Amino acid sequence: MVSFIARRVVVSVLILIAASFIMYVLAASAGNPLQDLQGSLSPNRQALIDARVQTQHLDLAPPLRWVLWLGGVAKCVVPVAGGCDLGTTFQNQPVTDLLPQAMGSTLQLVTTAFVLAIVLGIGLGIVTALRVYSGFDYTVTLISFFLFSLPSFLVAVLLKSFIALNYNNFLANPHLPPLALLVTGVIVGAILQLLVGGPWRRRLYVFLGSGLFTAAILWYMSVSGWFTRPSLGPVAVIVLTAGIGFAIVAVLAGLRNRRAWITAGINVLIAIIAYFSLQWLFNISSAGTLVFLAVITLAVGIASGAIVGGPDRGLMMRIGGITSVLVGGIVLLDRFMQSWYSYSNDIGGRPIATVGSQTPSLGGNVWITGIDSFTHLILPTISLLLISFASYTRYSRSGMLEVLNQDYVRTARAKGLPERSVIVRHAFRNMLIPIATLIATDVGALLGGAIITESVFAISGMGALFNIGLGRTDVNPVMGYFLVIAITAIAFNFLADLAYAALDPRVRVR
Amino acid sequence: MSTVQGSPLEPKISSGFDAAERGSGGRGESQGRIVFKRFLKNRVSVVALVVYVAIIVFSISAIGLGPIPGWWHYPYSQLNPQLNQGAPTLSASGFGEHPFGQDRIGRDYFALTMRGIQNSVLVMLVIGVFATVLGVIVGAVAGYFRGWVDAVLMRITDVFIVIPALVIGAVVGKTSNGLGAFGLAALLGLVSWMVIARLVRGEFLTLREREFVEAARVAGASDGRIIFRHILPNAVGVIIVSSTLLIASAILLETAISYLGYGIKSPDSSLGLLIGSNQSAFATRPYLFWWPATFIVLLALCVNFVGDGLRDAFDPQQRRFSIRRTKEVDEVIAGQPLTEVGLPTEKD
Repeated sequence: MVSFIARRVVVSVLILIAASFIMYVLAASAGNPLQDLQGSLSPNRQALIDARVQTQHLDLAPPLRWVLWLGGVAKCVVPVAGGCDLGTTFQNQPVTDLLPQAMGSTLQLVTTAFVLAIVLGIGLGIVTALRVYSGFDYTVTLISFFLFSLPSFLVAVLLKSFIALNYNNFLANPHLPPLALLVTGVIVGAILQLLVGGPWRRRLYVFLGSGLFTAAILWYMSVSGWFTRPSLGPVAVIVLTAGIGFAIVAVLAGLRNRRAWITAGINVLIAIIAYFSLQWLFNISSAGTLVFLAVITLAVGIASGAIVGGPDRGLMMRIGGITSVLVGGIVLLDRFMQSWYSYSNDIGGRPIATVGSQTPSLGGNVWITGIDSFTHLILPTISLLLISFASYTRYSRSGMLEVLNQDYVRTARAKGLPERSVIVRHAFRNMLIPIATLIATDVGALLGGAIITESVFAISGMGALFNIGLGRTDVNPVMGYFLVIAITAIAFNFLADLAYAALDPRVRVR
Repeated sequence: MSTVQGSPLEPKISSGFDAAERGSGGRGESQGRIVFKRFLKNRVSVVALVVYVAIIVFSISAIGLGPIPGWWHYPYSQLNPQLNQGAPTLSASGFGEHPFGQDRIGRDYFALTMRGIQNSVLVMLVIGVFATVLGVIVGAVAGYFRGWVDAVLMRITDVFIVIPALVIGAVVGKTSNGLGAFGLAALLGLVSWMVIARLVRGEFLTLREREFVEAARVAGASDGRIIFRHILPNAVGVIIVSSTLLIASAILLETAISYLGYGIKSPDSSLGLLIGSNQSAFATRPYLFWWPATFIVLLALCVNFVGDGLRDAFDPQQRRFSIRRTKEVDEVIAGQPLTEVGLPTEKD
């Protein structure tokens, strides 16, 4: 194992060096780095050109400059050399100063998209696999093909120029006409009846029920001015938390498991009590308080599972942990919604932002800044999400079908296990193995996709660093970006290999 | 020699035939013909192929190709006076003066879009050819010779695969400044071969252990002959399918790079460039966005569907769960139709 890791690290470093050489030489010879100065009318033009040539070593050939650059990078890993040197941009800002801020901005964007794409994609893939060759399956397949064929900049421009604009316009006068209610109801009903499947009578009931319910809720939201002053309120909080508890028990343990009911019930109850009793604390919370509360919530959840315990203690702890985090999220969501109105007023009534990653010089507490991040990041996150969402759906669908076709699944069914535990406990885990590879390769694609998204939404992250740098043939920021991307990609590939060995005992790491 | 090479069906492929096809006179046909017939059965893919070809033919006939003029009277780079503020004139009654409207400087948007289609298609096909040829050569040599050749070639592949496609694409695109669409495509092709190389190598690693390769070697065939005349024809399915999917991602790559401004540049036209240079006019002239967007999605969707159909045609084993096919197989085997099909237990 140790020798495997050591060998992999050595090979990875060599690959990284070789790839950086290719990148450096290509980027350095991609254009004329002095173009902007040569065209300028400034009286000290020649002095500026000379200064840039000198600081950037432009008099040397690209391969030689790469050697200098590599020497600077080497200082990052050699502790005595006195700190990193990734060169400077044309504005004489050290890349090491620019990178952390840019990375923070991009990480915020990419992590959400990454996690959501995995969770939603795998979830949808499994459902389509369970309803294979149904109307639902065909619909999802068609949509995922469509998403495969949709360039991310198209989605981003569309979201920015169409959705954001129209939603903001809608918020100015938030009133849904009857036609909109009808159409939404029909769409939701149609999707749900496809999802449920079965005989046409059942589908019809589901279609009518869910369609009418959706239309009624929307009508209520429209009439009560929910869109300008959104909130969940005590009733919705109780219903939603109870629903989450129910769903988790139903999926993870089955409805007959009494201890699972108790575990989930404890956490739902705690959340409801917290909702009624902790609002004063929320009002004076900072980001640190929220992190602290989140940790406590998770700890309480896991502890409640451990106390209820029983023969299946690990399962109870999982149920407790997942339930506590999700119901805690509902309570948090409600508190964020309470601040929406004042945020929307502060910002001038057009909350969904299309530019940047935060409103400049916006004060306010953690709730206001939280909503600010949300309104800025939701559209770029969606457009990033759609890049990889379709491939997760396809892969997990085919993976699930493959696993369901295995002999051990037939054995599990034959010995009388309920379908739920066949899928959740036997099939699901083995399906995840090949997904590990996909996740590893997907990280690179997502970080690359951030170039487009950040360019469309004018977010000053890593992609912007690359894009602006390349536009001016300013090699150092481009290489800083490359370094981060390549190291991340290599690290994730490495993790995927280790995960493979951990998940699948047949794979031996040598 | 010729007997080995001439035997059209390798066991692996022939085992993929379903009983239904074997029963309906599939015997004695060449592999290409069987694949072709299977592809034709997939209606979505056939329609996609027809639409794809139709779009290309339409765009070429409209504005011509190179020096040959087409039937459309406005050249794509000509500045025309703004008619009706550049609004599109396409209607049920005919094309009108500017069917897709005009851009801000008065160029005819129909001609620009057609030119964009031509360039995007050219780029995707050239990327496909370059990347496939390079990938096949690297993969075949690595998989056939194994040992240090394989190690070196695969490490080189790793080096290239570390860099995300869009990143190296943007850098290469900027380098190709002034080379035109073909130069851009050729350079992009030189950095997109890695996936195909890995797949072909995997295929070669298994195929080189087979008896027919052994037979060829015993008969004294050279390495080159074994690689290109014996093994390669058996790997053609993998190659065609993966290069089709590569072509589908190539159009997305090209449009993204042109959108960022590193690909094809004005006054020439590309679908991505059209969207990039007109996105600020979205609120006032949305049609400047919708036309190129429609054609990008249409082209990519068609190629994706064709690729999917080809995959099914070459490797029916992948579709293990086709209920209809399972039915057919069971009907042939058991002679009785299945009424309710759950999860098929029959592995084909």
